[in-house]
Order: sequence, then structure tokens, then C-alpha cells
Amino acid sequence: MSGATDYTGIKPGEVTAFLTDSTLCIGCKACEVACKEWNGISADGYDFTGWSYDNTAALGHSTWRHVKFVEDQITPGIGGNSAQQLSWEFSSDVCKHCEVAGCLEACPTGSLVRTEFGSVYLQPDICNGCAYCVISCPFGVVQKNEDDGRAFKCTFCTDRQKAGLMPACAKACPTESIRFGRLDELQTEAQVRLATLQARGMTDAQIYDPTNTSVKGIHSMFIIRGEPETYNLPPKPEVPTIYLKDGWKSAAFEAVAMVGAVVASFLFLGRKG
Amino acid sequence: MNEAESSFRENRLDEIRRQAFELGTVQQPGIRAAGSPLPKASPQTGYYQQPLLKEPQWTPLVPLYFFVGGASGSLGVIGSLADLLGDNDELARKARYMAAGGSAISSVLLIADLGRPSRFLNMLRVFKPQSAMSVGSWVLSGFSAFAAASTLADILDTQVDGSTIATFLRTMGRTGCTVLGMPFHNYTGVLIGATTIPVWNNRIRSLPREFGMSGLQSAVGCLELSGETDSNALNAIGLLAAAFETWEGIELLRTRDRELAPTKEGPTGALIQTAGILSGPVPIALRLASLFSRKNKRRLRQAAAVSGVIGSLCLRYGWVAAGTVSARDWKIPLNIPEDEQQLDSSHRSQTPALSG
Repeated sequence: MSGATDYTGIKPGEVTAFLTDSTLCIGCKACEVACKEWNGISADGYDFTGWSYDNTAALGHSTWRHVKFVEDQITPGIGGNSAQQLSWEFSSDVCKHCEVAGCLEACPTGSLVRTEFGSVYLQPDICNGCAYCVISCPFGVVQKNEDDGRAFKCTFCTDRQKAGLMPACAKACPTESIRFGRLDELQTEAQVRLATLQARGMTDAQIYDPTNTSVKGIHSMFIIRGEPETYNLPPKPEVPTIYLKDGWKSAAFEAVAMVGAVVASFLFLGRKG
Repeated sequence: MNEAESSFRENRLDEIRRQAFELGTVQQPGIRAAGSPLPKASPQTGYYQQPLLKEPQWTPLVPLYFFVGGASGSLGVIGSLADLLGDNDELARKARYMAAGGSAISSVLLIADLGRPSRFLNMLRVFKPQSAMSVGSWVLSGFSAFAAASTLADILDTQVDGSTIATFLRTMGRTGCTVLGMPFHNYTGVLIGATTIPVWNNRIRSLPREFGMSGLQSAVGCLELSGETDSNALNAIGLLAAAFETWEGIELLRTRDRELAPTKEGPTGALIQTAGILSGPVPIALRLASLFSRKNKRRLRQAAAVSGVIGSLCLRYGWVAAGTVSARDWKIPLNIPEDEQQLDSSHRSQTPALSG
């Protein structure tokens, strides 16, 4: 397990991606730990959610990888917890690095940029904590750290990628559930994997990559079993900038009406003598 | 254990016995924990009913800025146009001073809200037309500069007669305040509308005009409270704005989209509906009454002004708070129909919770 074998051979300028395969995930959370250690993110505390074995709960300013635990067929109480009744799906969630990113469009300082690897990067030395990206992300990923004052999210380990290394989470994953590589190659690989799974009888397997919305596709694709809603993946995410035209049109009409009202009022009811 | 409960449990034993006799098996779950069924991850319940979106992380200074900015933008337009067309120079000057002061306060409020206030100038590193926050920052900066220039010209005029610098500053300031006052007084509606927050996003077409007219009404209110209660022009503008807000309030009540629940229910709904009354029918009635009353004209105008200003404040705080409530809705971003949860809760009520 030396560093040399981890060299990806991917150079800046090539578009990279994650393919997270929930059918291979064992829920070990190595990705969460690796991410926190490499990026030096603070701990989240010892909170228990109470609704599943998932105590990480959600992505946020200090959680850039989040393993979701989809526990099925639980009937709590006597006799209801037998292993036969239980099925578990795990899926490691991460920033989607959208093709058209809501956070990137919204950022007024230019702190959020598109990197040479096609990912979305938040420059912490520019961010001034206006928190507008937080309400512009259709996936609820980016969040402001109230103690620090700035917003944070997954960096796609841009620092590692520049050195030809794969992101920390992908490297730490023991089952290759998190695949890292060139976007076009992983897109093909996802299709092949899906065909394999379906041939094996996993007819409920599907690829999550919302290319038919204004997000225009993501750089962190997922293979999931069942519906995306189960994993809190929105079936139709939209970049909020698509509503700008309606908003500015309304603003323009009202502004003209206001000037008209002011002009008419002073002309008819208080004209200069 | 009280009598009713013990008889319920005895009946339950009889029922189990009957089922075992008739079916040879008892098709009942075991003991359910209080609060069951526990949340699940499924296409109907999302991910354990956890909200997908993040809540807005603005401090209460932001809705206050929406109010101050909305009023100052409108005051800038009134101050410039009244100077050109109106017969009341005192009123126009007051409006310009308030616009300059208001835009300065606006900047202070916005900077204080930032997580890193010392980096506020980073807002002017780039100009991004696709970001309402970026456009707003530039509009605020430009408007503040023009309002300051306009006010500086007024001060110069009191000192020097016919100064060319004053003429230049006046022309530039008045023009700039009118042009930039237009987006400045209502862009905040676009700002919150063009986000992922369902309740704001749903009203992207009406929030800019509602916030704009609310700003205009509070501008009129501020001028009236500063003593300008005799201007018929102001009363007309106030009436118009209040009439528009009334129509907007009715329109909101008539729209039954589930995204709009936080504007009608709970504390945020109460705030927004109060805002609708205080900036709609109440000032209309007071303003109309002031036209016919000789003795209480001043008082009625002042009351209308107070009502409009408080209504405008309620409107901004109500809508921003409604965004926080709306972000917690786990169903809307996942396109999960409303009735699924009703099914869930009816299932819950069938299950007797065991206690003590």
C-alpha cells in the first residue's frame, strides 16, 4: 500500500468524478474519517440521532462525506429485530459538484470557483460568510460554520488531485464503493455496473445523475437501490438562477410603477409653482 | 392503571384468544414503543423525514436591512423626483437626507451580518449578474455614493451660491438615486426568491413587487413621521402602495400551494398576515379618513404612517422567518405528496401506545 501505486495519472484540465456505488458500501465510515483527517475538519460531537445507526445525520460545514444508512423492514419491539427481517443499504453522500452549481452561481465574492478538474471549490481565503450559497444549493450541502464565520464544503481534495493523488475518501474506501476517475470513463463504468447488477437480479438498482434538470448532471454520481427519495436525493433538483428572469421582470415592472406613482402624485397634487 | 385502561387490556386478551381460535395464529405485532412507528427511509418518507435543504443562516439584521434598504431606495427616488417636479423643497430635502442615512445604515447592517465582516470589500471583487447578492451589493454601493453626492450638493448649496461643483453633484446624485433607487428598493425580493427555499421560490414573481411597494409605503411613512403630514402627493403615494399591498395579501391567501403554508400557519403566518393588514386595509382607512377630517388630519396621517412602517417591518421579518420553517419541510424538495404523511399519522393513531 505505498503511495506510488495510488498515482491516478490524471492531469489538471481533465474532468474528474466520483462514482459512489451503494451496492458495495459496507457502512464502515472510513471515508468520513479519512476526509476529516486529511482536511483537518473538527469533530461533530457525540450526538445520537435515534432514528437509525446513522449518527452523522447530514452533510454540513464539518461533514463532507456522510454515509447514509437505509434500514428496511424494522418492526421495533419483541421479535421485530430479527436479522432475517432486516435489510441494510449504505450510501456515502458527498457534494455533487454540479455541472451548473447553485452555490457557484450565487457566490457574490467569487470565492466559489470551478477548478481545473471541473469540480466546485470554495476558497476559504476569499469567503466572507454572506451565507447566500447555503440557500442556493439544491442538495443542502454547503453550510456556514457559525463559529468560524465562513462556509465550507467538500473540496474534492483538489490539493491531492493536483499532486496526482485520488481524494482521501476514495483512497480509504476498502470495497471500492467510492470510485474516482475521469468523468466520461466513470459514466461508462456506471452503465456497465448497472447492467451487471440488473443481470444479477437487482432490478431496483439505478444511477442517480440528474442530467435532465437545470443542474445538467453531477460529478458525484451514485448507484443506488430503490428510489432516490429514500436517500434524500431530490428527483428533480433545480439551480435557483433559472427563476431570476421572473424575479427581475417583476422587480422592473414594480420599479416603473413606483416612479410613475411618484411622478403622477407630485405633478397632480403638488406641482412646482 | 385506571379502570378504562384495564378493561381495554382485558378486551385485548379476549381479542387475541378469539383470533388464535379462529385463525390458528395471531397476526399482530409485538409491543410497539411509544412514538412508533419510528421514522423510516423510503420513497414515501424520504430519509427518515430529515430535511434535505439547509436553513437560511442570516441573523435578524438581514430582515432589518430589507426594511431600511427598501425605505431608503424609495426615499432616494422621492427625494430626487420631488426636487424636480414638486413644490415642497423641504420634503424633498428630508427624503434625500433620509436616503443617504438609510443607505449608510444598510451597509452597516449587511456588513455586521457577514461571518467575516472585515472581508466585506470582497463583495466588490467581482460583478456577477447571475447572483442577486452580487447585483445587490453593487446597487447598494452605487446608491450610497449617489445619495451621498446628492446630500453633499444640498450642503454646498447652503454655503456657496451657484457652485458648479454643487450643480454637478446635484445632477449626478439625483439621476443616480432615481436610477439605482429603482432596483435598490425591491431587489431583496429577487434575492430571496431566486433560492431553493420553497416558500420564497414559489413567490419569485410577487416578492419583488410586494417588497418594493412595502418599501415605498415605509418611505412615505418615514416622511410623514418627520412632519410632512400636509403633502397630498405623499398621501396619494401611500394610498396607492396600501391598495397594492391589499391586493397582494388577497392574492397570497387565494393561492393554495402547499409551499405557502408557512405564510398562513404558525407564528410566521401570523406575522405575515398581520403585515398584510397593517400595510393594507388599515392605512387605506386612515388615509381616506384623513381626507375628510379637518381636526384630526395630522393624527390620522401619523397613525397611517406608523401602521405602514410596522407592517413593512413585520413583512420582512415574517418572510425571512417563513424561509427557515420552509427549509425544514422534507417533502417538498423530494416531490413527496402531502397526503402520504396523513396516511402515516393515521396509522400512528391506530396503535395504542403503552405507558406505565
